Amino acid sequence: MARIAGTTAEPLPAGTGAGRRALHAAGWAMARAAPILLLGLAWEALAMSGTLTFYQLPRLSAVLVRIWTDAAAGDLLLNTGVTLYRALTGFAIAAVGGVILGMAMSRNAAVRWLFDPIVSVGFPMPKITFLPVVMLWLGVYDVSKIAMVVLDAIFPVVTATLSGIAGVDRHLIWSARNMGASRSELLWQIVLPAASPQIMTGLQVALPVALIVAVLVEMLMGGYGLGAAMVHAWRFADSHGVFAGIVEIAVVGYVLVKAMSLMRRRLLLWHQEALAPSTV
Amino acid sequence: MSAVVRYLPLLLLAAAWEVASRLGIVSSLALPALSEVALAWVEMLRSGELVTNGASSLWRGGAGLALAIVVGAALGIAMAWWRPVNAALGPLVEMFYPMPKSALIPVTAVWLGFGDGSKILLIFLGCMLPVTIGAFNGARGSDQALVWSARSMGAGRLKVLWDVVMPSALPEMLNGIRTALALAFILLVSSELIVARDGLGNLIGYLGNNGTYDAMFAVVLTVAFLGFAADRVYQALMGRLLAWRE
Repeated sequence: MARIAGTTAEPLPAGTGAGRRALHAAGWAMARAAPILLLGLAWEALAMSGTLTFYQLPRLSAVLVRIWTDAAAGDLLLNTGVTLYRALTGFAIAAVGGVILGMAMSRNAAVRWLFDPIVSVGFPMPKITFLPVVMLWLGVYDVSKIAMVVLDAIFPVVTATLSGIAGVDRHLIWSARNMGASRSELLWQIVLPAASPQIMTGLQVALPVALIVAVLVEMLMGGYGLGAAMVHAWRFADSHGVFAGIVEIAVVGYVLVKAMSLMRRRLLLWHQEALAPSTV
Repeated sequence: MSAVVRYLPLLLLAAAWEVASRLGIVSSLALPALSEVALAWVEMLRSGELVTNGASSLWRGGAGLALAIVVGAALGIAMAWWRPVNAALGPLVEMFYPMPKSALIPVTAVWLGFGDGSKILLIFLGCMLPVTIGAFNGARGSDQALVWSARSMGAGRLKVLWDVVMPSALPEMLNGIRTALALAFILLVSSELIVARDGLGNLIGYLGNNGTYDAMFAVVLTVAFLGFAADRVYQALMGRLLAWRE
């Protein structure tokens, strides 16, 4: 996940105290928040100016009030929880299943023969098209929603695992074998750790995909969840609800992606990429 | 020969599909036989249903993606080239990039209604940021020594931008466009399933509601194949465009 860096803090003058450093950091945080605040102000001003109707663009303040009332009524918590449950369950299944499948494909020629064409043809396909088929088979409840998330999120994990394992330094494997490592020791102590940065990248691609698909299937099938609430509001021409949904979904997406990249930094602290200037 | 061996699993899958449906292992309602799906496909091709809906989907996807590529690339390179642009837009890009793009479907429908406009806007907005980030990272990573040499040999800023920065941004930008291409298909089909009067996604929903599942499977497979083919063609094109590198 590429992150817009380039706005890293400038070097501090030598000998500054902790107070000035905190001030400096606060200044940077404000400089970074300014464009977002400006966008919010522009939204409010445009909505107030009367060039658009409140149906086309409700005022930001009204949308925030709407989010607050939704939160107070408990709807927001319920819908966010349901969406997160579907996205994260699907993501977890895809992560575990994808890594296992990738490992099996790289170790066993028969498994590779069977799955290689399926993965290479299935990856670039728009899997969301199969939604009506999955609905036909599994109904409209959580099972089919989570199945759709898994179907979409598993491909990046499998391909990342495959290329991660293929890229493990041969010398590492040879030395480990030479020192008498068994097959399972080789897998758990050498191959998987060495491949983990790439597997992590695959997971970082899969997580936003899982969330996109979770919101989409809620929009298409209804039931609770942020996507369903948004489409429901839209059907009743309640554009405050629609815009509240956008803000809520954007916040959830931002938090998830940030949490994932923090986790990567934690988990891969031992890897040399942690020393390099981070673009992730 | 090796291609046959390689793709044999897919043929086996197709054969298993046909057999499972023919022998009644799976209800033919849930899984119409592959041969019936093929017949339905030919029938729809002949009646023109597939072509007209396909054309309107293709127009929406193509127009939205083209806009996203042009605007996204321009934004990304501008952000890498002028610091003030980066300071102004960087935080916004970082905030909106992780947003699940599907959330925009109802909003674009509120703005532009049920027709082509809302889909084109949706695909434009949804696909722009991957292109922007690719172009930004690519342009930012251009070799500083090359920029300096070009400058010292008397190239103007715009000339450096065009002759040095653009080519070195190309590989990452093309990767970003590949992500955008996949996203465009997802957004196109799902927005047509939710709000549209025509298009392949709409056709799938319509046939599914009608219970004509053999035709629905035919359209589903068509869209899946189009997505796959678009990616393969794009990869070939990308190889062409980057042939000058080593």
